[in-house]
Amino acid sequence: MSGDDLWYWLLGRLDAKALPFVRAWDHPTLSEFIGAGAGAMVVIGGIAMVVLLTWMRWWRPLFLDWLTSLDHKKIGIMYVVIAAVMFTRALIEAVLMRTQQSLAINAPGIVAPEHFAQLFSTHGTIMIFFMAMPFLTGLINYVVPLQIGTRDVAFPLLNSISLMLTAGGAGLVMVSLAVGDFSTGGWSGYPPYTGKAFQPGVGPDYWIWAVTLSSLGTTLSGLNFATTIYKKRCPGMHLMRMPLFCWTALCTSVLMIFAMPPLTLATALLALDRYADFHFFTNDLGGNMMNYVNLFWLFGHPEVYILILPAFGVYSEVISAFSSKELYGYISLVLATMAIGVLSFTVWLHHFFTMGQSADVNAVFGIATMTIAVPTGVKIYDWIWTMFRGEVRFTAPMLFSLAFLVTFVLGGLSGIMLAVPPIDYVVHNTVFLVAHFHNVLIPGLLYGMIAGYMYWFPKAFGFRLDERWGKISFVCWVAGFYLAFMPLYVLGLGGMARRSQALFEPDYRPWLIVAVLGAFLLLAGLATLFVQLFVSVRNREANRVPVGDPWDARSLEWSIPAPPPEYNFATIPHVDRRDVFYWRKAEESTYRAAERYDDIAVPKNSWIGPIVGFAGAICAFGLVWHIWWMAILGLVFAWVAVIARSFVRDTHRIVPAAEVEARERRWLAEVERARPIPRRLEETPQNVGLAEPFPAPVPA
Amino acid sequence: MSGPQLRHVGLNLTGADTLEPGEAESSLYGFWIFLMSDAVLFALLFAVYGTQLAATAGAPGPQDVFEIGPAFVETLILLTSSLTFGLAAIAMKYDRTRTGLVVWLCVSLTLGIAFLGFELNDFATMASKDATPDRSGFLSAFFALVPTHGLHVTIGCLWIVVMLAQIATFGPDDRVKLNLLRLGLFWHFLDIVWIGIFSVVYLQGVLR
Repeated sequence: MSGDDLWYWLLGRLDAKALPFVRAWDHPTLSEFIGAGAGAMVVIGGIAMVVLLTWMRWWRPLFLDWLTSLDHKKIGIMYVVIAAVMFTRALIEAVLMRTQQSLAINAPGIVAPEHFAQLFSTHGTIMIFFMAMPFLTGLINYVVPLQIGTRDVAFPLLNSISLMLTAGGAGLVMVSLAVGDFSTGGWSGYPPYTGKAFQPGVGPDYWIWAVTLSSLGTTLSGLNFATTIYKKRCPGMHLMRMPLFCWTALCTSVLMIFAMPPLTLATALLALDRYADFHFFTNDLGGNMMNYVNLFWLFGHPEVYILILPAFGVYSEVISAFSSKELYGYISLVLATMAIGVLSFTVWLHHFFTMGQSADVNAVFGIATMTIAVPTGVKIYDWIWTMFRGEVRFTAPMLFSLAFLVTFVLGGLSGIMLAVPPIDYVVHNTVFLVAHFHNVLIPGLLYGMIAGYMYWFPKAFGFRLDERWGKISFVCWVAGFYLAFMPLYVLGLGGMARRSQALFEPDYRPWLIVAVLGAFLLLAGLATLFVQLFVSVRNREANRVPVGDPWDARSLEWSIPAPPPEYNFATIPHVDRRDVFYWRKAEESTYRAAERYDDIAVPKNSWIGPIVGFAGAICAFGLVWHIWWMAILGLVFAWVAVIARSFVRDTHRIVPAAEVEARERRWLAEVERARPIPRRLEETPQNVGLAEPFPAPVPA
Repeated sequence: MSGPQLRHVGLNLTGADTLEPGEAESSLYGFWIFLMSDAVLFALLFAVYGTQLAATAGAPGPQDVFEIGPAFVETLILLTSSLTFGLAAIAMKYDRTRTGLVVWLCVSLTLGIAFLGFELNDFATMASKDATPDRSGFLSAFFALVPTHGLHVTIGCLWIVVMLAQIATFGPDDRVKLNLLRLGLFWHFLDIVWIGIFSVVYLQGVLR
């Protein structure tokens, strides 16, 4: 065996050129330095984290209290942490791209074309798969079991495995910064460009396996949530009594179950093309890239609603709580949600109107697309009517909801324009499209996730977030959005192609400069969110809400302490109507000790989730670099762990009834001491989470 | 036979007092959902196969490579294994000894392995005729669809082995029974998929 053979056997295609630092040494250009800087950030960040964990002696709690935990609440929080980390990276990439475009008008700018292509590919991939998906999965994980009155999801271990697979995929994307390159094929990875003939390197392989890990995790999450919502509701919690967030979570779960397999298949077939010389999407020997496009968007369009529906759920909760009013048109909101879920599978072709169908086919899909505006419009009116004559408070989550209402309608209108095939022919592949989908996803997903984070934060951690920084952040996010994306509508109509590394039309310059200012403002929005978190943690003693109901809200999650005990409910609630907690507050029949308390079984921690996630990531890394022993080892290790776990019988531990009762009584004593506050004192330290009953409940 | 039942759709088992109420129900329900997701995967593989049927690109086409004889034998073997798995499930419910259960599981396992043997032989025959996936879009689609089913059968066989080990370790306790019910669903599901493959791939390929 020669030295090269041994190297290939051990390390596959990995060599020194894979490291961005070596590349920057060889070709000292600004673009390579930016790449090396980003790689260095990953390395330094990793080392800093190891040092911090060691210094603070946090390794044990990290693993024993968090990573191995099967508690749906902790898993939810970890999802949101992943989302926050990945969001930071992808937003910085966005700012870099905007900067490049504003500088590169008849000039080279700061990043090379290859580098720029990697930036828009990772930006899109991360924002969809590793920011939006973990964020909404985290919120659903945290909130849904509390809202339906259960102690955990249906499959706690599977939940941990889903989380860790997603984390493994996210880790792979981060590793690609420091080792090798990422794909240049965009977040949708269209072959044949992402095939072996055009991109023989590791880029598309990183994309394929990161997305595959995440989509497997998401399929399992969907399955888990759907089973939880169908089978684990507390007595009396009929489907039509669930809070609307649960309905949107259910619809999103159903979409995950049906829409993730097309993605898994599309990436798997692309991998077969690349690894085993199959001919699914190649230009020659009977390959047909339209199959990929159809498979991808069979996933891709429902995915849009996977992203948006949970945010709709958040808005329903937030608007109702901060208007002190029952949600207007509950049944119509449920029906609209489900209608959107069904329709989402009938419109995928509008993503490629220009790719050769007949005019009739395009017309059918165009009309189907416009149909979605009807249930969505219903929802908008329902939310507006919910506020009507309510006691509306302009807290930060409510402000995000209001900004959503206006901004999302604008995005929807440009969507209606794009749904008309002749218009689509004119503006497709321009930044008009980029403006459109950011105009729906930023209000329709991001604002909702931020609002949900601020709304449920006091429940999760026991203290409120700083309102002032929340409002500053709100201003940045909204002003930043309009400055960054409204110019793109103009530029798109002016014919500026999307994903352009360099531009040759000086008239674009003023609009691009406005857009880059907007991008920096958006980055400030994220920074202020972190400042808000920091300030709130520092002032947490002044903002505690131990009683657990800071917003005088309506659903069951607010009826328990903040933060909730591991078992959520000391006694499983019985529900006899919608918004049950609100009406019990009005009747003063809440905050009572139960007649008796029982032992509660909670799942023991398990290492299986972290092991499977790590082994999955190892397997994926081996596949990317053709290190076959590593790939096989990872795969075998993951399965052996799962099979070994099936032999474990001792999976639960008991919280004794006495402990449950003692804890509950301590909390009830705290409720007794607390002073109920009216809504106008909501943002003051006097708010300890006990609401003064609303004078006269206003019917819808 | 008294005691609480494992309540869910399908074959309910008696004497399941070690499980939490509703646990069996939600476990099996979750597995049905997983199967639906898997069914979507197969449906799409069939769709891709359909679109690639004519994309032979000068390589051997369906008439040149498919042999109905072995495919028919494979069908008989797999359908019989479904019957024997059903008998295993009935033995699990009514037979107080574990002999019947173990015997029928072993028979199903043997049939599953025999099926895989025949299938691999089919692939080898095709390879000997130079019909490999790198030759054409059609052969790519074939070698994605049929081996994906084969991979599922392999996982099913592995699962039976694991279950035999669990029966040896724990006896047929409630968790083992629950696992066996899920394995049964999986096994029967693979039969349904195979009927699709036999009809759409082999019959259509030979008869056209």
